[in-house]
Amino acid sequence: MISVADLVVSYPRAPGNAVDGVSFDAAAGKLTALAGPNGSGKSSIVRAMIRRADITSGSVTVAGTDVRLLPPGELARRVAVVPQREDAAFPIQVREYVALGRYPHLGLWRAASKVDEDAVTDALEQAGVSKLGDRDTDALSGGEWQRVRIARALAQKAPALVLDEPTTFLDVAHEMAIFELLSSLARSGLAVLLVSHQLNLVARFADTIVLLTEGKVATSGAPAEVMRADRLEAIYGWPVVITRDPAIGAPALVPLRRPRNL
Amino acid sequence: MRFRGWYWLLLIASLLIVATIGIAYGAASVSLGGVFAALHGSGDPTSIAIVRDLRLPRVVLGALVGAGLGASGAALQGSLRNPLAEPYLLGVSGGAAVGAVIVFALGFSSDGAVTVAAFVGSVAAVILALAVSRVGARGSRVDLRTLLVAGVIVGAFANATIMVALASAEPNTVRGALFWMMGSAADATWPRVIWLALSIAIAGGALIYWAREIDVLALGEETAASLGIDAERSGRRIFLIAALLAAATVAAAGLIGFVGLVVPHMARRLGLRAHRQLVLGAALIGATLVIAADLAARTVAAPTELPLGAITALLGVPFFLVQLRRAT
Repeated sequence: MISVADLVVSYPRAPGNAVDGVSFDAAAGKLTALAGPNGSGKSSIVRAMIRRADITSGSVTVAGTDVRLLPPGELARRVAVVPQREDAAFPIQVREYVALGRYPHLGLWRAASKVDEDAVTDALEQAGVSKLGDRDTDALSGGEWQRVRIARALAQKAPALVLDEPTTFLDVAHEMAIFELLSSLARSGLAVLLVSHQLNLVARFADTIVLLTEGKVATSGAPAEVMRADRLEAIYGWPVVITRDPAIGAPALVPLRRPRNL
Repeated sequence: MRFRGWYWLLLIASLLIVATIGIAYGAASVSLGGVFAALHGSGDPTSIAIVRDLRLPRVVLGALVGAGLGASGAALQGSLRNPLAEPYLLGVSGGAAVGAVIVFALGFSSDGAVTVAAFVGSVAAVILALAVSRVGARGSRVDLRTLLVAGVIVGAFANATIMVALASAEPNTVRGALFWMMGSAADATWPRVIWLALSIAIAGGALIYWAREIDVLALGEETAASLGIDAERSGRRIFLIAALLAAATVAAAGLIGFVGLVVPHMARRLGLRAHRQLVLGAALIGATLVIAADLAARTVAAPTELPLGAITALLGVPFFLVQLRRAT
């Protein structure tokens, strides 16, 4: 669904390439995770996808078409993005907010049709926030706000969903709930691309992990292939061991404390 | 507060009531019955003249100015994502004042000349602000808030120009220019009212048409981009329309401060959120507020007429203080 090929992204006035020849696919029906240390180029890939960063070379294609050839509205109908940062300037009612996800579908008069209304209702339900519809966005908890943002992206009814660090600032229960939601969305047929630095969570939920470091793909594949202590130590520059999640046997990373006075 | 459908009736009713009082009350008061009779063209000729030729155009002009400033402020605060954004911060007021001062200094103090010069001055300032923000961006993607900074820079430059110009001007020029800058609905004439009504209908209609975009812009550039909106282009468009709207009001009635800043907050307090409703609500509240302020300006210290801009600021400050108290 989303295909990134030899992608290079560089910013003016910044040394080196933020993304330096990255290739991977995010398939329909799968949860693909883009992981890696801070500054490894994860968010730049998302920015290139929505044309917020210029593509120096290589390509990002969504449903078979290069994003640079798609009119902005068509791109938004193909891929829905939940950006990392979003500081809404003023509160807005949750249902109105989710309805903004229909913007790319609105006609000349920007009037919402029955289809739009239904898409909003579905999205609220899918994200489990139907009950919050009448609230204002500034009256939501951190976990509710993230779900509402996901609902807005779902209202776009795009076949691909991209989320940039959707669980930052969330506690364990809310974090797990978001991951379960994303996993079920992937099973329902969406191509879900998740940008996250939470390797352990990603290892338990993702079908494929693409691990980036310094703008390049360090390793990619199923969680069991990617989660290897020697590789991760080299990438993060920190001693680690790999254990197993006692419930499902997924690999889990444990960063070690540095031995003192050695 | 949740906005209810019947609040619209309340807003419209308040506007009509305040407008009626504005028409009836003044140096020579006309009874309510007299007002309605005069509007229909019956009753005594003096009342008809007062109502039709003096009060009605003045009240309508005040309403239009308030509506324009309220709508402009609501659109700017949303698209620039800044609760302190207001049309006068964008260089609109400074540019208009420069235009007016130049005309006064050249000795043309006719009404039409000042109006045209103020409009040209504010449009020039807005174009300059857009150019300054582009220079700041150096071709790469910018935060839309740069526009606000650019407006402040242009405004400061305009103020400096005015002070230099006034320092070497005749006392009469200074007085005329200062008086104009205080803002007033006193020179209301029907051609001016019609001209302003047309500008507001066009620019206000455009803002309401693009209101959905303002909603999306208010979420930030990244989110806007993900929804298929070019935030820079669309933000500049809203900026330009809102500024032209404000420029038209400034040309018609001079500088009437605080309305563009405070009125959108009043509309939000009523529970208006989405910009299609917010822009409309701010227009109604702005219209009511300016009519009321103008009524106060011409009656409180009668026969002296107080500057309208000072009255709107006096009404706006307490509201802002209350708002501040709630926020902290």
